[in-house]
Amino acid sequence: MEMADIRARVEAAFAHAQVEVQGEGCNAEIRIISEAFDGQGRLARQRAVLGLFSAEIASGELHALTVKARTPAEGAVA
Amino acid sequence: MDILDRIQALVDAHKVVLFMKGTAQFPQCGFSSRAVQVLQAAGVEFHAVNVLDDLEVYENLPRFADFPTFPQTYIKGELIGGSDIVLEMYESGELQEMVQEAA
Repeated sequence: MEMADIRARVEAAFAHAQVEVQGEGCNAEIRIISEAFDGQGRLARQRAVLGLFSAEIASGELHALTVKARTPAEGAVA
Repeated sequence: MDILDRIQALVDAHKVVLFMKGTAQFPQCGFSSRAVQVLQAAGVEFHAVNVLDDLEVYENLPRFADFPTFPQTYIKGELIGGSDIVLEMYESGELQEMVQEAA
C-alpha cells in the first residue's frame, strides 16, 4: 500500500490530526497527534487506527504497522 | 474443542502469554522479537505461543481479541496489546507493576 494512501485514510478518519507516515510496501509506521485520543487508553487508540486497515491487514497487503498515537497535550510523538 | 475456547484456555493457563511469530529463542518477525526482548528485560516469565506453528490460532486470534496484528501479549487473560504498547509500558514501569499485581 502506498504511504500517501495510508496517510490520506488516517487524515480522513481523524479531522485536524497531525499525521506522519513512514515506511515501504507492507511495513508502515504511523504517527498521529489528535485530540480524538483524549481519554482513550493505548489499546483503544491502536484499535481505532489499525481498524482503518483491517481489510489490508487481513489480506496481508499490510503486514507490519506501528502506531504511535498521542493527544496534543501529550506532546510530540517520540 | 472450539478454537475460541482453546485460545481462552491458553490465556487462562498462564499469567503472561505472548502470541508471536516464531519462538522466544528464534523470533521470525521484528515486532515479535521486540516483544520478547521487552518481556525478558522486564524479568517477566511468559508462555510463548508460536502462531506460525498453529494455523488455527493464527487465523482466529484476531477475531478472539478484536485486534488484527501480532504479536499479542496477555496478562491474566487480558489483552495488553502489541509490541508498541508493551514497550511503552515497560519504559513507564507499568508493565512490571501490572505483572506484579497479577500475582
